[in-house]
Amino acid sequence: MWRDAALVAGKDLRIEARSRVATNQVAPFAVLVLVLFGFALDPDRGILSRASAGLFWVAVLFSALLAVQRSFAIEAVDGGGDGLRLLGLDPAGIFMGKAAAVFVELAALELLLTVGIVVLYGVELGGAGLMVATAAVATLGLAAAGTVYGALSAGLRVRETLLPLLLLPVLAPVLLSATRAWEVALGTSVDDGWRWVQLLAVFAVVYLTFGLVGFGALMEES
Amino acid sequence: MSAPARSQASFILGAAALLALASTIVLGLGLPPTLEQGPYARLIAIHPPLAWAAYLAFGVTALTSVLYLWPRTRSRVWDRVAVSSAEVGVVFTALTLVTGSIWGRPTWGVWWTWDARLTSTALLLALFLGYLALRGVQTDVHTRAKRSAIAALVAVIDVPIVHLSVDWWRTLHQGRSLAQLTPQSDLDGSYVAVMLLGFVAMTLVYGWLLIERYRVEALDEHFQDQGLDLALEERRAEGEPVAAR
Repeated sequence: MWRDAALVAGKDLRIEARSRVATNQVAPFAVLVLVLFGFALDPDRGILSRASAGLFWVAVLFSALLAVQRSFAIEAVDGGGDGLRLLGLDPAGIFMGKAAAVFVELAALELLLTVGIVVLYGVELGGAGLMVATAAVATLGLAAAGTVYGALSAGLRVRETLLPLLLLPVLAPVLLSATRAWEVALGTSVDDGWRWVQLLAVFAVVYLTFGLVGFGALMEES
Repeated sequence: MSAPARSQASFILGAAALLALASTIVLGLGLPPTLEQGPYARLIAIHPPLAWAAYLAFGVTALTSVLYLWPRTRSRVWDRVAVSSAEVGVVFTALTLVTGSIWGRPTWGVWWTWDARLTSTALLLALFLGYLALRGVQTDVHTRAKRSAIAALVAVIDVPIVHLSVDWWRTLHQGRSLAQLTPQSDLDGSYVAVMLLGFVAMTLVYGWLLIERYRVEALDEHFQDQGLDLALEERRAEGEPVAAR
């Protein structure tokens, strides 16, 4: 399974590296979202820096939608999905591979957005351990749940509009928990940040398990 | 497959539901206004029963989705029950939010508040709206049934996580939970009786709506099959004169 996962993840990441869709479209989009928040809120009174944790994770969530959309769009062309099935790869491995590729893309994007909130919102970073741990488990959850829902809406004619409706309510706890934990790390709120990390870990484990078990059923038809 | 007809059981259930609902309304409107909440306290006759029916509906959807996914019990019956129940559940959830909002405006002073229970109910509604959107997609029947069943299960798994997260979120930033304000503890006997009647009424209404919605779903599938047959026959009829020549 792990070998299959590495193969699929390698393939997805190579496609992204060569097509440059992630770097030329998704990343600029994410930064643009940060800029738009600047226009929507008052940038001079410190609202942006106080709300930065939430705005950061909303930008990540929107970008995650694009990343998942993209992850399954590359299978839709040239019969890529059928090819994957015919190769006899373990469905659990395919799931892990696709989720891993989304994870790597989102992690890179989060790095960029962190620079973004420092530069654009004047945030002073702190609590590095909590920030990194939160980002790691939250991104794992986003990638796992995103891949499950990406497969659910793959191949349907209305997938572009369906995916956000399906995925965003499911990801609401991730947005909430990651935002609270980062607020603690950035010093805008006093709370037990690690408790939120635990909840994020539960979310990630639940959706990873679901994907590992259920991905075969999703792959065999359509 | 013949077109499913309305059964006598459904007729009796519908009559019972109507009767129970009518008496809940009449008795509910006859309840004495309370000191703190005035006439709005009467909403207790329908608001908790609506929420109960919504939970029941989503529970049925989850259960029948499992039954569909499990190969030994797989049947299109479960798929139809799941979508019917989810649709009824969405209506009940929306009504729960609306009646809660109508009660909240005079009592709390706001239509909406980010209370843990309100927020998770709203997310529950969004989750199942997504499910219905997926189930409504026109594609192969089995693909759709399987994907919808998986989506229903993922949504149900998400509910406890959503609830826990909003619970922590709200209890942290707000001293006391608004749930404590519900007048459960010092309820008058007549209120309890009407509320219990409301529970019976909403359960009956749910059952009746489920049966009728199931019938509509079965009819829909029936006519889609028949429509295909008809179209095939028409095409054949067009071809025949040519073949005769």
